[in-house]
Amino acid sequence: MTVMTYIQAVTTALKEEMIRDENVFILGEDVGKKGGVFKATEGLYEQFGEYRVLDTPLSESAIAGVGIGAAMYGKRPVAEMQFADFIMPAVNQIISEAARIRYRSNNDWSCPITIRAPYGGGIHGGLYHSQSVEAIFANQPGLKIVMPSTPYDVKGLLKAAIRDNDPVLFFEHKRAYRLLKEEVPKEDYVLPIGKADIKREGSDVTVITYGLCVHFALQAAEKLQAEGIDTHILDLRTVYPLDKEAIIEAAKKTGKVLLVTEDNLEGSIISEVSAIIAENCLFDLDAPIKRLAGPDVPAMPYAQPMEQFFVIDEDKIEAAIRDLAEF
Amino acid sequence: MAIKEITMPKLGESVTEGTINTWLVQVGDHVNKYDPIAEVMTDKVNAEVPSSFTGTIKQLIANEGDTLKVGELICTIEVIDSEEMVADTKLADTKEETLTNNKSQSGQSMKKRYSPAVLRLAQEHNIDLLQVEGSGRGGRITRKDIERIIASGKITQTTDSKRTQHVVEETKAISAIEKPTPSSLPDAQLGDKEIPVTGVRKVIADNMVRSKTEIPHAWMTVEVDVTDLVNYRNEVKESFKEKEGFNLTYFAFFVKAVAQALKEFPQINSMWAGDKIIQKKDINLSIAVAKDNELFVPVIKHADDKSVKGIAKSIYELATKARTGKLTPDDMQGGTFTVNNTGSFGSVQSMGVINHPQAAILQVESIVERPVVVDGMIAVRHMVNLCLSLDHRILDGLVCGQFLARIKEILENMNKDTISIY
Repeated sequence: MTVMTYIQAVTTALKEEMIRDENVFILGEDVGKKGGVFKATEGLYEQFGEYRVLDTPLSESAIAGVGIGAAMYGKRPVAEMQFADFIMPAVNQIISEAARIRYRSNNDWSCPITIRAPYGGGIHGGLYHSQSVEAIFANQPGLKIVMPSTPYDVKGLLKAAIRDNDPVLFFEHKRAYRLLKEEVPKEDYVLPIGKADIKREGSDVTVITYGLCVHFALQAAEKLQAEGIDTHILDLRTVYPLDKEAIIEAAKKTGKVLLVTEDNLEGSIISEVSAIIAENCLFDLDAPIKRLAGPDVPAMPYAQPMEQFFVIDEDKIEAAIRDLAEF
Repeated sequence: MAIKEITMPKLGESVTEGTINTWLVQVGDHVNKYDPIAEVMTDKVNAEVPSSFTGTIKQLIANEGDTLKVGELICTIEVIDSEEMVADTKLADTKEETLTNNKSQSGQSMKKRYSPAVLRLAQEHNIDLLQVEGSGRGGRITRKDIERIIASGKITQTTDSKRTQHVVEETKAISAIEKPTPSSLPDAQLGDKEIPVTGVRKVIADNMVRSKTEIPHAWMTVEVDVTDLVNYRNEVKESFKEKEGFNLTYFAFFVKAVAQALKEFPQINSMWAGDKIIQKKDINLSIAVAKDNELFVPVIKHADDKSVKGIAKSIYELATKARTGKLTPDDMQGGTFTVNNTGSFGSVQSMGVINHPQAAILQVESIVERPVVVDGMIAVRHMVNLCLSLDHRILDGLVCGQFLARIKEILENMNKDTISIY
């Protein structure tokens, strides 16, 4: 066991997978010599050389397209989008090609690509460095979307994503990179994609969320414990496809459900979670399903007080849990 | 003079902590706003931290080499002016106010709002929710409250007729009618057929029990000579049917007469409302329509505005709707007095049960030919009994007698010359 930050877990997983399988290679903007703008690929260029850590031109559609082609040819590419916000030019490649090739070719072809991208706000990044983009991809069967919340989960899930035989979008919260640290086993391990994880057992209110919001929810739960409010926290980990069984079980556990995302509220991942609960848990619900999310405005603003208004933080989650507990 | 704090600034998008490399100032140094005060190292960048204020360095909190989280205090500065302190206390005041506001809103308003989970658990474990103290907002019973009761095993069951003191007061009126004591209910013997009481049957049963237990009924009957009316109706019956497409029934004439009499006796067109009697402005007549095992009481709205033909048409339409199951809740609402056509079953005398919360009901019996004495001679006349049931809380014999006499007068004077069906 060693204490690792969230971003060190990313680097470690990449390195170990590159050692394990020589088909694994990395491509993206500034991932090579610079080691990535966040330093996620630091040292890999030196260790594996320019043919396995490729600095690409500033063209997201090319990064995705080249990666998808290589994956279909038998490689295991890990493509990096410098910011999730910049994934838009690659959407056509990802949805029309990567997500569908297995279906379209009647199982002859597959596309084992992993596309990593830092997402999320609260870092004073403004419109182009703060967005959550998962909802755009969350109704595209053929894709998987993984959004880990802890260094331990990052290592296990990124390895699973690279080994997965189908395309996986792997969204890392950029604020979590150096904020979250924990003990991570040195040994090789993978965590199952498509399985949610109970991060805290409780009996009063169920919080279902993912990504950095899990961290805030855990902090809020700690505080509320002192008031006698016992919070159950389910971390979705994979936001598409959703772990319905775990969602239903968690919702039934307390009958009071708070769903949290830092994405815009409308049509978000938690909207689907809410529908699953509404369809399956009516007679166990003790309160209306409550959603806490960013407001429905185009993107996270730059000005600090406005950003504060937009982001989900520990205090907002705490207030929402308390409100449900008192209902 | 005031002490201001300088905290570890955010030096990059993913940066959450920084290490003080070198202090560029010492305690007692004077600094201007934006002057560099320290060199900070993060794993992304090295940068100088500018002072946010003009003043004198009071204390260096962090030592060189210390790693601090973004937002943590690194040093304090003594500055000259200060006005923000006032604003701070104001903010605290308003916060407290909202807190107390929230608290005062909690009452018992949510006491009887049950969530699906609470209802399900209460049914499964036969728990009487009226006896459960809710711990939720507004006295709402939460799922946890129920789960606690189940776990404790202290369940007070719904079927128990003995209820605790404070609930009794609240539900006395209803429980008395709703539930006959279990011991008086018969058991089905071998070979008997058991028919569950549900739907319309259940509603009829509940309404009848309510009417009979709440309303002190009194009765009165008059007999009316409708020979002229019968002759007139027989004369026009065929042509009416041909022209209008539906039957001109006797009942329409009776309803017309009742509507007219009610206009003159508004006391009859009223309702009991506990501490007051409400005299209704509109005259909306409920009529009873039977269908198989069901009984419906649709309403002819504003019967006093309608001609005999208009009433006949309303009766025809409502009866058709009732028989085809197309009555809407709106068709059944707003009745102020009921006219019941018991004559259609061949009855010559009956005691109607008042349609709660109305004040009276009139039973129109069969028209029969009988020998009666007219002007000292025996004649064969068409006679009909009109039986009135009245709520004796609202009405007395005198006014009801006058009301019936007036209907009798109207009906006995209905003939070719006095009446128009249009």
